[in-house]
Amino acid sequence: MIDPVIASRLQFAVTTIVHIIFPVMSMGLAPFLIYFTWKDIRTEKRIYEQLRRFWTKIFAISFVVGTVTGIVLEFEFGTNFAAFSTAAGELFGGPLAVEGMMAFMLEATFLGVFVFGRDRVGDKLYFVSSVAVGLGTWLSAVWILIANSWMQTPRGYELATENGQTIVHLVDPMAAYLNPRFGYMYVHMQNAAVESVALFMAGVGAYYVFRHHVWGYPVENVNFWEATLKIGLVALLITAPLQVLHGDMYGRHVAETQPQKFAAMEAVWETESYVPEYIVAVPTSVDGFTDPRAKELFGIGIPGGASWLASGGDPTAEIRGLNDFETEAPPVAIVFWAFRAMVGLGFWFILLAFWGGYRWYKGQLLEDGLLHKALMGSSLLGIIAVELGWIVTEVGRQPWVIQGVMRTSEGVSPGLTGTEATITLVGFVGVYATLLGLYTYVIWRIIRNGPPGGDQLRVNRDETPAPGPETPVPGVSDDD
Amino acid sequence: MTSVDSLAAGPLFGLPLAELWFGLVFTMLATFLFLDGFDFGAGAIFALLETDDERETVLAAIGPFWDGNEVWLVVFGGALFAAFPPAYAGLFSRHYLLMFGILGALILRGLAPEMYEQRHDAPWQQWWGRAFVAGSVLAPFLLGVFAGNWLVGSGRSLTIAGLVVGVTLTLLTVVSGAAFLQLKARERLPEAVTTYGTAATVGYLLAVVATLGVLAVYLPAGLSALLTPPIVALVAASIGLAAGYVIALRRERSLQALGAAAAMTYGLVAVVAILMYPAIDPATGATVRGTIVSTLPLNLMTIGASLLLPLVAVYFVVLYSAFSGPISPEEAY
Repeated sequence: MIDPVIASRLQFAVTTIVHIIFPVMSMGLAPFLIYFTWKDIRTEKRIYEQLRRFWTKIFAISFVVGTVTGIVLEFEFGTNFAAFSTAAGELFGGPLAVEGMMAFMLEATFLGVFVFGRDRVGDKLYFVSSVAVGLGTWLSAVWILIANSWMQTPRGYELATENGQTIVHLVDPMAAYLNPRFGYMYVHMQNAAVESVALFMAGVGAYYVFRHHVWGYPVENVNFWEATLKIGLVALLITAPLQVLHGDMYGRHVAETQPQKFAAMEAVWETESYVPEYIVAVPTSVDGFTDPRAKELFGIGIPGGASWLASGGDPTAEIRGLNDFETEAPPVAIVFWAFRAMVGLGFWFILLAFWGGYRWYKGQLLEDGLLHKALMGSSLLGIIAVELGWIVTEVGRQPWVIQGVMRTSEGVSPGLTGTEATITLVGFVGVYATLLGLYTYVIWRIIRNGPPGGDQLRVNRDETPAPGPETPVPGVSDDD
Repeated sequence: MTSVDSLAAGPLFGLPLAELWFGLVFTMLATFLFLDGFDFGAGAIFALLETDDERETVLAAIGPFWDGNEVWLVVFGGALFAAFPPAYAGLFSRHYLLMFGILGALILRGLAPEMYEQRHDAPWQQWWGRAFVAGSVLAPFLLGVFAGNWLVGSGRSLTIAGLVVGVTLTLLTVVSGAAFLQLKARERLPEAVTTYGTAATVGYLLAVVATLGVLAVYLPAGLSALLTPPIVALVAASIGLAAGYVIALRRERSLQALGAAAAMTYGLVAVVAILMYPAIDPATGATVRGTIVSTLPLNLMTIGASLLLPLVAVYFVVLYSAFSGPISPEEAY
């Protein structure tokens, strides 16, 4: 049987890594859906109705799977981390309760109206419901990230000992909830969600555009897929550079507030100054993969880059090495490589955005097969980058569950047995693998079936003459 | 910081906030058990329906509502966590496997309708239909087991008291489900739904008797805990409501029947809460006043909840009025 502490940590890792996919999809889609709904109501153009209805289907399934996997996380604080919940409930439970009442209620109720109610409610209420659902998803992230960021940079609390247990008391709510990390985290996460969805839209659109314009196959509703590609690309052009910009600020903030995490991100073991930033790092031995050490890496490094990043402009600044902390280092290999992969992807997305933007400017967006393939291959990489970022955040703060206050191992439920924890861990791996498979299958079917067309559309009900043949002639673009 | 200081000085308006939150947490639980209860009950009745059209009708009836209804469980968990952290942590970790059983059932119930609608071949729909029924029946059953264990203060996951309360709660969801389906889809579902509702009510009353019997044995105070005016009044009211429910259902006054089912659900949860007080976790003897968070967060939460819960009520009114009246077949998801 696996040790309950290890099993609980692994289980929380598995359940969060799977869960985060669904909120990323729903939070990222929210602004697009509000826009599509607005344009659909205002212009009554079929393209906007198609965009709204197609992406609402993907939103709805993401939301449902996000609900059932999200409740699991709330329960796990009690089941697996009872000691943490008892100690920190005052600061940590409040945001979760408010998230439920303020955000989750808003999105879940208006989701019913938004998904099922187009023919039941008027235009105004329908638009309001799209805004309510979108606002709900973004407010939800506010409270969840308040809870998480407080664990990274705890403020506004006092420690007391009651019945032999250490209890965290709330003394300054503003300092606790608007703790230093919260702003960085929220901006970085929300932008990442929109960027991930932008990449997904561009990739899916590129697939059909490629089939039609490059391979010359007939594709139904090709103008819908062209629009999807273009909208995804516009959103990528906005979000990709921003992500790297505030990612840089976020990194500097981590260096200030969680120096041990920063040292792990850079694999700096000995305290030194003038530390280089390795853009491309290649270990010089097999051990270098599992035990990266900045000194032993062969790579393209910016001299003083890591020092510059940590200090906000001073390439000679000192970075405190992992050996100089009292607590043991987090798993450095995971943090170091995940951070590099995330940053690498971030720059790749910028390149992709400018490549697409340039082709579009030149009027060659629909013909560049290589670009289409790159976009297709990158359609899920945004979500991968989010996962990597959270791995850096959560693995990197170990051994602390509350930075400097409580260790993760101290937070696990005292009565939990290895048998119980192993049963549920194995169960979750099985159930969540199935869940992910089914979700992928449903999304694949939605994409394969394409948007609703012809007489399924509301817009056409008011038009007397039937629109022309749906299927475009192979090789001929019906681009506007 | 004077405002924070005054919020930390004492309970808002000198109110007994610990008791108010104890009541609020159980009200949230009851709201969940009624609202998602009729979804669960509809899922159980789904098993007894034969044609594709009837089954699609059940899914269409709960489609717009169930997700919002389920959030009451999230809010219940969040409020228990925020107001009584040691009780939340103790209960959830002690009933470890049971909690994951509940989560598994909820996953199955949430996912199955989405999957059912994806494909229309018989083996696929048979499989997901069964998964939907299993999730819909297991979720209230296991929640009932949890509630029973909670009340009698058992550290184990399987107890007689838990099993009996589990059966009681499951039957109560069928009572609610029959009224809800009659309200939403009288024309499209067989007359037998009324019979199911009546049978479930009779079963529920028998199960209540069994529950009271088990509680008389397992509660430390024994029978005397049950022979108090509030408990006797609630049980008597439940019997009256059950009779009213059957009459209303047979006369196709579905909304009245649904109202009676709601009152029965709140009544059952009230019995549990009254029997538990002043403890909140009888297994450890932890009390409501002993586990409540300190004054400042408690006051903040009270302000937050009094601003937010009325808004939540508005959301539900919007949702339920947008989809009032019988559902039409085109609305099948």
